[in-house]
Amino acid sequence: MDKSHNTQTARDLLVMMERIRAFEEQAILAAERDNLVLGAIHPSIGQEACAAGIMTHFNRDDILLSTHRGHGHTLAKGADPLAMMRELLGRTGGCCGGKGGSMHIADFGVGMLGANGVVGANITIAAGAAHGLKMLGKSAIVVDIFGDGAANRGPFLEGINWASVFDLPILFVCEDNQYSATTKTSAMTGGPGVAARAEALGLRATVVDGNDAEAVARTTHEITTRLRAGGGPEFLHAITYRQTGHTSFDPASYRPDGEAEKSIADNDPIARQRAVLGAMGLDRAALKAIHDMAQAEMVQVLADASATPFPGDETAFTDVQDLGSPVQEAR
Amino acid sequence: MVNMTYVEASRLAVREAMQGDPTVWCVGEDLGRGSVFGQYLGLQDEFGPDRVVDTPISEAAIMGAAFGAAMVGTRPIVEMRFSDFALCATDELVNQIAKARFMFGGQSRAPMVIRKPIGIWRSSAAQHSQSLESWYVHIPGLVVLCPATPQDNYSMMKAAIACDDPVVYLEHKNIWSMQGEVDTTIRAELGKASLRRKGRDVTIVSWSETANLCVHAAATLAEQGIDAEVIDLRSLWPWDKGMVLDSVRKTGRLVVAHESVAVGGFGGEVVATVAEMAGDALKGPVRRLGAPRSLVAYAPNLEDKMRVTKDMIVTGAKETLGK
Repeated sequence: MDKSHNTQTARDLLVMMERIRAFEEQAILAAERDNLVLGAIHPSIGQEACAAGIMTHFNRDDILLSTHRGHGHTLAKGADPLAMMRELLGRTGGCCGGKGGSMHIADFGVGMLGANGVVGANITIAAGAAHGLKMLGKSAIVVDIFGDGAANRGPFLEGINWASVFDLPILFVCEDNQYSATTKTSAMTGGPGVAARAEALGLRATVVDGNDAEAVARTTHEITTRLRAGGGPEFLHAITYRQTGHTSFDPASYRPDGEAEKSIADNDPIARQRAVLGAMGLDRAALKAIHDMAQAEMVQVLADASATPFPGDETAFTDVQDLGSPVQEAR
Repeated sequence: MVNMTYVEASRLAVREAMQGDPTVWCVGEDLGRGSVFGQYLGLQDEFGPDRVVDTPISEAAIMGAAFGAAMVGTRPIVEMRFSDFALCATDELVNQIAKARFMFGGQSRAPMVIRKPIGIWRSSAAQHSQSLESWYVHIPGLVVLCPATPQDNYSMMKAAIACDDPVVYLEHKNIWSMQGEVDTTIRAELGKASLRRKGRDVTIVSWSETANLCVHAAATLAEQGIDAEVIDLRSLWPWDKGMVLDSVRKTGRLVVAHESVAVGGFGGEVVATVAEMAGDALKGPVRRLGAPRSLVAYAPNLEDKMRVTKDMIVTGAKETLGK
């Protein structure tokens, strides 16, 4: 790779991270300042390098399954931020017509088969998506992202074993923000850790600094190259840090004093990527322009989403099922 | 018309569906050896291990993976061995499969047939004998089917595989060897009940194996001069309210009988619907027959205490007539 390619790639990573952060900052404002997001949202602020770095190497026809903390993954997979924000606000034109909200955001048009409100539940589903693609002879691959808390649920064992037994084209990512809701995951997890658990099930496991977007992207590229060449399932343990509480309303007072402040000061993924680009020669004005453009985009997204009407009442009863639907029953 | 058993009927339906559509596949434990009751015998030889897939004992993964594969364009038939084991995959069925289409605003479908053999069968005790059909009826998004005859197990399985909704398909373990004539040209319309016997005096509503008992009970009632109409709902969601209401308006009498626990059972839904929509047609007390709210035991005499019998149905029907 020549230097210009490196710079462009590094810049793309920063742009995506800035857009994710700006989107979530606007979503938090919509929740707390404007009272427009009525349900819970789970910000991924501080974890943007995972979304941006991983999705750099997944195409639109590849499949993503994500978690309740999935705005970043969804945006990085190519979803339209306006449709996403409308979904968070429960408006018409939302990705799911306002029926899912933040926790069930999905955009099948870009291969994003759903965030999930149940921790770990996406693991077996993602394995099955890979199973189905393989059965149909498709070349697409799957990435399944879950948090560190999911490693203590049964589907972690069942789903990863399944992928191993059937040799499926899937990357499992444990995006480890170190907290299971409001409890330190290390206090609740036996043994040597998630990567060792995946290795015990027969997967090649790699550990990466999840706040280093360059490292995440580079490692993901190595893995997806193997997956696309027919290699079996792999596991990536990306260690990051959740700068906010579990939800936007959680003050996270359970964290040790100074822990979050230190991570924000020393280990913020966006600041680190700015430093990478600075070392490549981008000046402060160029970096500020990237930031300002992302902010402006998402301010406009929130304004446009806020101006969108709620869905029609009749949609409360549509898309339940074909046979015996509430619409038929009401006749 | 071909004579075959209940298990042969659904196996033939699966086989024909797999021959007709390469995206139809079967997934579950021990399918290569036919599964517990021989439902899949010979299918792996015919279609190969990639379409009749043997799995780990991982019910959550069987259910979840089949769902993931359904969302990318396949049509899985999921085998849970015993309906009791399907409880290990409850999140996958109830929170994921049943809700995906709605939560995602219509972006996805889950065309799946989820087979969960139900019922009391030969001293199998409390974890291999349950009939939990009413649970599934309570979950919006699911279709719930309970075939009781070889003909229905053929044509309803065909219709279930063709359906784009997730279908909970509850075969009764006690009637795998039941013989019957099967007309493979009959197409089931899911949601339509089967009129097993026409009669004027009392309406008996049932499903699954108990519907067969009701047919025998009606023969005994006929010997006593009582002309019972027997409706086998066979589909609990959607269910054929029209046939039941029309029948009760004709007879003015109602018995509902099912093997599962009476409390909170689907029989209560049938009775409530009749009370709401045809209550003025009732000319006598309603009888609702189901298991006591206890557990199925191993010892045969204790197991029998949980059964709805032919005699109980006969007595119940006579009581609605004041006899």
